[in-house]
Amino acid sequence: MNAMPSARYALPAIWLHWPVVSLTLCAFPLGVYMHELSLSPQKLQIYSYHKWLGITSLLLFLPRLQVRLWRAPPADLPAPAWRHRIARLTHVLLYVLLIAVPLSGWLMSSAKGFPVVYLGLLPLPDLVAKDHDPGELLTLVHKSLNLGLLALVALHVTAACKHHLLDHDATLRRMSPFGKQPEAAS
Amino acid sequence: MKPHTLLSGLVGLASLTLADIGCGAAEFNQVLPGKSSLTFTYKQMGVAMNGSFRKFDSRVSFDPAKVNTATAQIGIDLASIDTGSAEANDAVLGKDWFNTKAYPGARFLASGVRALGGHRYEAVGKLSIKGRSRDISVPFTFTQAAGLGVFDGTFSIKRLNYAIGEGAWADVGTVADEIQIKFHVVASASPAKK
Repeated sequence: MNAMPSARYALPAIWLHWPVVSLTLCAFPLGVYMHELSLSPQKLQIYSYHKWLGITSLLLFLPRLQVRLWRAPPADLPAPAWRHRIARLTHVLLYVLLIAVPLSGWLMSSAKGFPVVYLGLLPLPDLVAKDHDPGELLTLVHKSLNLGLLALVALHVTAACKHHLLDHDATLRRMSPFGKQPEAAS
Repeated sequence: MKPHTLLSGLVGLASLTLADIGCGAAEFNQVLPGKSSLTFTYKQMGVAMNGSFRKFDSRVSFDPAKVNTATAQIGIDLASIDTGSAEANDAVLGKDWFNTKAYPGARFLASGVRALGGHRYEAVGKLSIKGRSRDISVPFTFTQAAGLGVFDGTFSIKRLNYAIGEGAWADVGTVADEIQIKFHVVASASPAKK
């Protein structure tokens, strides 16, 4: 540990957390909705938007990881050790999925023969060659990882709400971009 | 890859042979479908996609020494399209796109060929798709290798000129209007005229 952890998350960590929340909240439902559409211009557009959201979230991952490693998170609030362990595990898995979900989508897109052109302007390299079977497998991987992400986000949000509404502690407030510095843990 | 090696190995030999019989005396008019290809590139949402037609029938007669007597007619079985995605392969046969039930084929009929110097030539003629015909010019190169004549060319068409993609698909912001078509036609000289 570098310095004394503050009561609140570092500002860069807060600034990176919420955009990724918004991106995920847009990309996920789009993904669920779009794959059953029959082919139409709208479908092609939605697929592109979904990919751009995913790539943006992938781009934000590196600075996010850097902030997480270089700026210590606030000290743990008092709770039994097993709950801290679950919280830590959830966070690690969330980080893993935040990179694995968009990456598997990019891989799947390459394998299915649809290159990703970021924002319709910047062609990204194909990560794998176009091939039917890997394409189907990567589709399954992308779906499964997303179900995992859904479960983890549900756990993460439930825990944050529980802390905020039932325990009335600073867990959620210390990630809030608004408001004052919450009081340090007693 | 082996035929390629074989082919390039034969190039040297072939040019000798051609020099012996007098280059240009041959009229290339037997198209080899297995060695020929017809591909295209289009853009959707800025993404370049490649496709091809598996079945097309080309009839050409081309003697580089007598270009003004050259003829070319290419018929394309539109249902043999591979757009690069299975979903699109079904969709493009429908009414909004090629409407293959009513218009199963596309056709290019050259009305003339002129030499542009070197290996470069230009064919002009009518391209007919989905009941619409347009005059187009098709630049191509002609080279000889291993006793075979090879025509290579690339040209662009605007899909809306032929009503390819109607209704919602007429929006060129999603699928671009311009389609680039690339052909590689290999023909042998007919034995009788050689």
